Amino acid sequence: MIVTLNTRRYMAHDIEIILSRQLADSLSVPVFIVDTDGTLLFYNEPAEYILGKRFVDTGAMPVAEWSTLFQPFDDDGNRLLPKELPLVKTLYRKEPAHGSFWIKSLNGSSHKISVTSFPIIGRAKKFSGAVAIFWTDQKAKE
Amino acid sequence: MKINLLGTRGSHPISNQESVYYGGSTPCIQVSSGQHQIILDAGTGIVNLRSSRSEKKEHHILLTHLHMDHIQGLGFFEPLFDSESEVHIWGPVSSQDSLFDRLQRFLSPPLFPLSLRDVPCDLHVHELADEKFTLQGFTIFTRFISHPGPTIGFRIQNGEKSMAYIPDHEPMIGSLDIYADANWLSGYDLCNNCDLLIHDAQYSTEKYLKRVGWGHSSIKHAAELAKACGAKHLVLFHHDPSHTDEMLNSLFEKFIDGNDYTFPIELAREGMEIDL
Ligand SMILES: [Zn+2]
Ligand SMILES: [Zn+2]
Repeated sequence: MIVTLNTRRYMAHDIEIILSRQLADSLSVPVFIVDTDGTLLFYNEPAEYILGKRFVDTGAMPVAEWSTLFQPFDDDGNRLLPKELPLVKTLYRKEPAHGSFWIKSLNGSSHKISVTSFPIIGRAKKFSGAVAIFWTDQKAKE
Repeated sequence: MKINLLGTRGSHPISNQESVYYGGSTPCIQVSSGQHQIILDAGTGIVNLRSSRSEKKEHHILLTHLHMDHIQGLGFFEPLFDSESEVHIWGPVSSQDSLFDRLQRFLSPPLFPLSLRDVPCDLHVHELADEKFTLQGFTIFTRFISHPGPTIGFRIQNGEKSMAYIPDHEPMIGSLDIYADANWLSGYDLCNNCDLLIHDAQYSTEKYLKRVGWGHSSIKHAAELAKACGAKHLVLFHHDPSHTDEMLNSLFEKFIDGNDYTFPIELAREGMEIDL
């Protein structure tokens, strides 16, 4: 007899998220990994410079917390809302997104950065979260 | 729950004087409890399953993945050719082809004389992702794990007792250490506090470093994962086909002498029976 039971609550992340971290750990570009709620599950060492935090100290962070840590703003100096960030767009639409905006670093200077994000959808078509890769375009606006 | 190791060798079957003790058949495990029985993987060890064949009409084969060492015996599972048998094959879903189509690629000419489509038994093929279901009185959990191609591991619960079966697994690609945090451990939910873990341990540490990304564990990976998950007993499985009995014993002794794990660890042996 075969009976399907309710979905179990797992302790470990989906394998696609775990493997994304293994990749992120080995890259020199900053990487964020979020779950479907936008909780920042992991950020690698290069990304620690963007956030001004260390992953070992913070662990996972809710979207409301991490999305304001680096104070993103547009070319005209207007603050960006979390929903305007590529990674948050990817979470809503389950599709890749890209964008460029400014962030303030810890020493007060501003940097223009670009972000490319993509959804993590595994073999069973389950949406597990998203990954964002960052890079700095140029330095300006002291 | 009785666990009968019918095949323990990884990659390809072997037959030589130097490897008689641990055996040369590829992965297949019979798990039974009373009248209930399931079969894990269909390596060449499946042909060792001769005893109760004629008595049963409903058969369940649960495949971790479709690498050849895990399905090579499938075409020699006699109930497939018995019109009175009901055979259920369970295995990992893929993003593209169905499980049936993927199995059919192997079980059809020119690789096999008959087509899976034409076997006379009542055949059912079931695709699995991350799931929980009951089958033959067992509660079964499946979880995708780190290995090339769609691969799942199994946790089988029978009353209070549980076993996990992860025969092919590279928990951390390119690293001898595993993440300290359970959230980030491939296979964690399968092994968490299990009474028995049957796990890939194909390589020595030195050999693992030359085979990064091939999808297998060193003995240390297996032991560290078992420790992190609180497994109560570890059976090292999927032996490298180049490792003779003597080499396996020597690798194992060297590893055990340098460590002090608090749970029993042993090498899987073809014909080994474990009572849980
Ligand atoms: Zn294998
Ligand atoms: Zn394999």
